Amino acid sequence: MKINSPYPVVTKVLTGVQGFDEITDGGLPQGRTTLVMGGPGCGKTVFALQSLVTGATKRKEAGIFVAFEESTRQIVANAATFGWDLPALAKKKLFFLDAQLSPDVVKAGEFDLVGMLNVLQAKAEELQAKWIVFDGIDVLLSLLDDAVSERREIYRIRDWLYQNALTGIITQKVSGIDSDHRYTFLQFMVDCVVVLRHQVVDGSAFRNLRVMKYRGSGFAADEFPITLTSEGMQLTNRGPTEFEYQVTDERISSGLPRLDSMLHGGYYRGSNVLISGAPGTAKSTLAGLFAIGACERGEPTLYVSFDEGSDQIVRNLRSVGIQLAPHLKTGTLKMYSTRTRGPNIEDQFGLLRAKVRQHRPRCLVIDPLSALSSKVEHLASADAAQHFLDFLKGEGITVVNTSLENGFATDVATATGISTIADTWIHVSYIEQDGERNRALTIVKSRGTGHSNQVRELTLSDDGVSLTDVFVAQGKVLMGVARWEWEQEEQAGTKRIQVATDLKRLQLTLSQAEAAARLQVVQTEIEARNAEIAVLVDATGSASKLLRTDRATMRKMRHADEEVRVLKPTTPNGGSHTNGGSKTNGGPKTKGGPGAIGGKGAA
Amino acid sequence: MATILANKTSLRLRLYIAGNAPNSLLAVANLKAICDEYFATGCVVETIDLLVHPARALADSIIVTPTLVKVYPLPVQKVIGTLSDTNQVCLALGVK
Repeated sequence: MKINSPYPVVTKVLTGVQGFDEITDGGLPQGRTTLVMGGPGCGKTVFALQSLVTGATKRKEAGIFVAFEESTRQIVANAATFGWDLPALAKKKLFFLDAQLSPDVVKAGEFDLVGMLNVLQAKAEELQAKWIVFDGIDVLLSLLDDAVSERREIYRIRDWLYQNALTGIITQKVSGIDSDHRYTFLQFMVDCVVVLRHQVVDGSAFRNLRVMKYRGSGFAADEFPITLTSEGMQLTNRGPTEFEYQVTDERISSGLPRLDSMLHGGYYRGSNVLISGAPGTAKSTLAGLFAIGACERGEPTLYVSFDEGSDQIVRNLRSVGIQLAPHLKTGTLKMYSTRTRGPNIEDQFGLLRAKVRQHRPRCLVIDPLSALSSKVEHLASADAAQHFLDFLKGEGITVVNTSLENGFATDVATATGISTIADTWIHVSYIEQDGERNRALTIVKSRGTGHSNQVRELTLSDDGVSLTDVFVAQGKVLMGVARWEWEQEEQAGTKRIQVATDLKRLQLTLSQAEAAARLQVVQTEIEARNAEIAVLVDATGSASKLLRTDRATMRKMRHADEEVRVLKPTTPNGGSHTNGGSKTNGGPKTKGGPGAIGGKGAA
Repeated sequence: MATILANKTSLRLRLYIAGNAPNSLLAVANLKAICDEYFATGCVVETIDLLVHPARALADSIIVTPTLVKVYPLPVQKVIGTLSDTNQVCLALGVK
């Protein structure tokens, strides 16, 4: 047995409100009534109008718009800001009924909507309308000024909608969803309730949308941030639940070679980089380095600033040797400076998205991203930022965000949730010591890349930006003048050691020389002795020779016979004594003898 | 249709109603009584049933029924409701 349900499965119609159709899995219930409620300026009219325009343009469905609050002329003008050409649509598909009751209308008793609904019915049949919007029903209800009448007329409208199989949207202004019990019956009566909320947190405005009720359908019940962009209302869903980015191993330079080496090769292409730090810690300079590096590679780059004008950034970066101007001229670099006051954060990100779509950059700088969110610790900020970064990732754009640390919160970046989705997080802080402030750079995290865990000192000069090793002494990191002093001290120490070494060497050389000299003296002495010895030997030889010569001479002079006589008186050489000393020929024959002694003594 | 013929130039009114809706019927009766009492000298009332002539509502910007419009003398003045509040009606129509 089959039971025919009075409510068949709900069929849905797309509203064209990006994101809303997703969270409701298809849009608004067809042929039913939806109540859109919220405070002034929430976008109720825009929501209703967008549904109507989407139906008319995408599905050629005719619709009727009954304006209780604004004149139709105003509505048409407002719609033009979203690019909706209502006058053109009004010729064929849409009908606008100006249902404003002028303020000088006098009320004299009860009234009803029977006449108007009859008129609308005639019109709906004529147009074969599918949609009808009652915009600002609260204006009408307040005029009825009687709970019974209000209820009666609302039911009249609902029944009329059912009868005519129209998909209805009723918008209603309420000051507070929970506090305003006056028209709560509306919420019970309709099939779908959408609540819009305009909230101001610390001076920043947020628009949110929540589906409160949806008969016969599941829906995401959370509050979602909404944006009014040039294309109408957008609901920021929390992004795709699955990560679907193309990842690459390509590395690109951070613009600072030393930082690249700290990151073991630079940033990944398509990653998002967060540079956080206190005011004046050269975040913008690091961002500028990244931008110029990208420009020099010829990659289209977009530089978005929220705290300085473009000209000022160009001038300031020039002071540290970063020349952006030529790249601006060629169009490789586009700069966009704006104040964050004004549009709310969702709208800001909407604008950024539009800029990105327009310029199609490969590299993007947002300086500072925290300008969009640091003031407000609100879910919407993080959501919006995250969604935007997701969008960039999907586009493969490498983005460097700076984030201002305000000094009160230890980590503002965490508050906005940016740090958790940042792929690389570089932190620059001031280190105050010895009467000066120096910049210290550390890499907090870098997904997928090895990275240095060391602190580096970041120094800026006319010549550019550089990273320097810091010294650690007595458990303290030395930077700036202290580091310089330390370097000087170390240099002086080295010098001292060198001088001492030199001195020692000299001393050694000297003693070596002394020893050598001593050696020389000794050798000379030896030589002298040798010489002496030689002389002595020589002298001895000479003396004996002389002696012999003398003796011979003497013998010659004394004559050999005499010698013989002296030595050998019995020598057979009888005639020798007559020749005396005049003849030596007989001399050698007689050696020795007592005469030798006498000769020697004569020499 | 309640039409009171009198001096054409004294007062001209239009009453927009929605068929036999209770409020509309009440308005017709109330207007007749008021005219009888205060505008005996002359009052022209044109009654328009929007169920019969819906286009008239669009042309004349009528949102709710019943609606009474004072067409002459100027300025044009609208009174909505059943016209039960005689004082308000008289005030709107310029009765002293």
